[in-house]
Amino acid sequence: MFKLKCDDFLVYDELTGTYSMAADQKVRDEAEKNSWKSTGFTVLKDWRLYAMLIPMILVYFLWKYMPMYELTACFKDPSTGDTLHVNTFSWAGLRYFQVLFTDSDLSPDFWLAFRNTFITAFYGLLFGFPMPIILALFFNEVRSNLVRSVLQVCVYLPKFLSTVIVTSLTLILFRGTAGGLQGEGVVASVFKAFGADKNLVSSGLVFTTQYYRAIYIITDLWEHAGYDSIVFFAAVIAVSPTSYEAAQIDGAGKMAQMRYVVIPSILSTVVIMLIMKIGGLLSVGYEKIYLLLGNGTNSTSNYDVAQVISTLSNQWSETRASDGRALGTAAEMLNNLIGMILVLGANAVAKKASNVSLY
Amino acid sequence: MKRKTEKSELIFRIVAYFVLIVFALLCVYPLLYALSASFSSVSAIDKGSVVIVPIEPQGDAFLAVITNNMFWTNYANTLFLTFLGTIWALGYSILGAYALSKKRLLGRKGFNFFLVFTMWFSAGIVPQYQNYLTTTEVFANLGIVDLKWTVVLAMGMNATNIILLRNSFEGVPSEIEEAARIDGATELQILTKVYIPMSKATIATVALFFGISRWNGYFWAYKVMRTQSFSWPVQVYIRDFIDTYTNISGKASGDDVAAYAATHPDYSAVSVVYSMVICAIIPILAIYPFIQKYFAKGVNMGGVKE
Repeated sequence: MFKLKCDDFLVYDELTGTYSMAADQKVRDEAEKNSWKSTGFTVLKDWRLYAMLIPMILVYFLWKYMPMYELTACFKDPSTGDTLHVNTFSWAGLRYFQVLFTDSDLSPDFWLAFRNTFITAFYGLLFGFPMPIILALFFNEVRSNLVRSVLQVCVYLPKFLSTVIVTSLTLILFRGTAGGLQGEGVVASVFKAFGADKNLVSSGLVFTTQYYRAIYIITDLWEHAGYDSIVFFAAVIAVSPTSYEAAQIDGAGKMAQMRYVVIPSILSTVVIMLIMKIGGLLSVGYEKIYLLLGNGTNSTSNYDVAQVISTLSNQWSETRASDGRALGTAAEMLNNLIGMILVLGANAVAKKASNVSLY
Repeated sequence: MKRKTEKSELIFRIVAYFVLIVFALLCVYPLLYALSASFSSVSAIDKGSVVIVPIEPQGDAFLAVITNNMFWTNYANTLFLTFLGTIWALGYSILGAYALSKKRLLGRKGFNFFLVFTMWFSAGIVPQYQNYLTTTEVFANLGIVDLKWTVVLAMGMNATNIILLRNSFEGVPSEIEEAARIDGATELQILTKVYIPMSKATIATVALFFGISRWNGYFWAYKVMRTQSFSWPVQVYIRDFIDTYTNISGKASGDDVAAYAATHPDYSAVSVVYSMVICAIIPILAIYPFIQKYFAKGVNMGGVKE
């Protein structure tokens, strides 16, 4: 028993019949004895390594962690101090959360934005997740490398355009005939040909509650689906050709090959990407939504379906001088806390399901 | 049996080709449309009759953009913000990632957490904006009045990029580092002579991630520099033009739109927007074929990490 337990660091000398300590273990024991001394020594000796960390730590502290300190503004009355220094405000407790939840004027807006955040995120996941996988499976069918490269160059391209350009194109292609124009945008006329309401088309489809979400999802797919297929394509081409051959010999049709060969081999990638997506669910692209929002006074505004927590908070902080900052901060804090719970939950599930932790 | 197999494979392949070709055309179409719309006449734009080729071609809209000094000032700003912003972000990211990749770094777990926590939780737009205002004030006290520096230094952080770099540095065999150390190389020399050359692909990818996000950035540049139009990047200028002189975003006043149309009878404001869009994406289109493979690599590196 003793031998079994110890022979990883004891060496048995057959000549003398004695055990002696392995050299490695001696060194390790020595190091442990001096660990406190040597710790200080290593840090000093390695000071350059720690110096290298400083710029990054500083940047993250100043512009990622200091805003978190600004979060205390949601418990404070913004009309009481110097606007630049949140520590000069007097405490107001949970007053602004109460307003968000119960105020007859503001809480409907809050709940609407809250709901829209979830709905936008959910639709984004529902349509945005399968599409790249399908594209990746299809890309695998293209045998010619040249043809595939050309197609891939085309479908990745929208990802590299800025949000301003994507939304400008969206607004123009879906534009209505408002302002004395005689014809609507090209894509809007396609929608009209497929039976979209004429009045809605003429007022600009992006600004209608009926079509805004569809347009948001379509443009999102246009922007991201091609690029997001890269990860899945890498997983698909990693499937060994012999697996296909084996399946073919067994008489498997294309669907059966998909079902029994391809899907199982890319499943782990799919699961991980899905979990990642769920983790980032609530960080919906506020820049795009901000740029697609109507002006509010317009009778055909899309506020009811487009407004999300971040755009609403931004709007409050700009328009409500007395309490907008506290209300906006409170709303965003709730949103981002839920987001964090989703990330950590998703990560825990990933760890359990596949022994792969994302962070 | 064999024939049936071939048939289902053939059908699948036809569907695959069809879907991919249609999707690829849809991805490129808006840009082709933008190009032809920027060269089409006012009446063709108003009627919405441009589909793929320019109708009643004119070059005045493009000329108007080319001779617009404000546009090119803002274009230069974009170049400035992209160039310095990328170098700054890449600089501290490489240094930090190198330190984080070392197992002997004390409190490594803590520093990693410090970084990763920002991916889980962000303060949100309103607190971030307030913080930028404070930054601007501090910078002003230090004598940095141009708001561009707030945008360069304080924005465009990305923890994922740092983690990509860290993972790549961790992949460099430690024997090479030890050999360099025995030869008397300092920490900085080891980084610049060993690690950076060995992680070129990742660094290029990360630089491109930073660069593209800088080139395309809108929201924060707009929020922070709203009143300082000579410092705007070109994205802000384009959107401002749309919001002022065209109907399409629903934000312009009818008078401004009518006034612009009256004083510029030769071309439509929409053509001007498209011309500016074309100018703004030309640099990306020019480098795109060369960088595309790096992006594919970068995504796969970051996709799954154990």
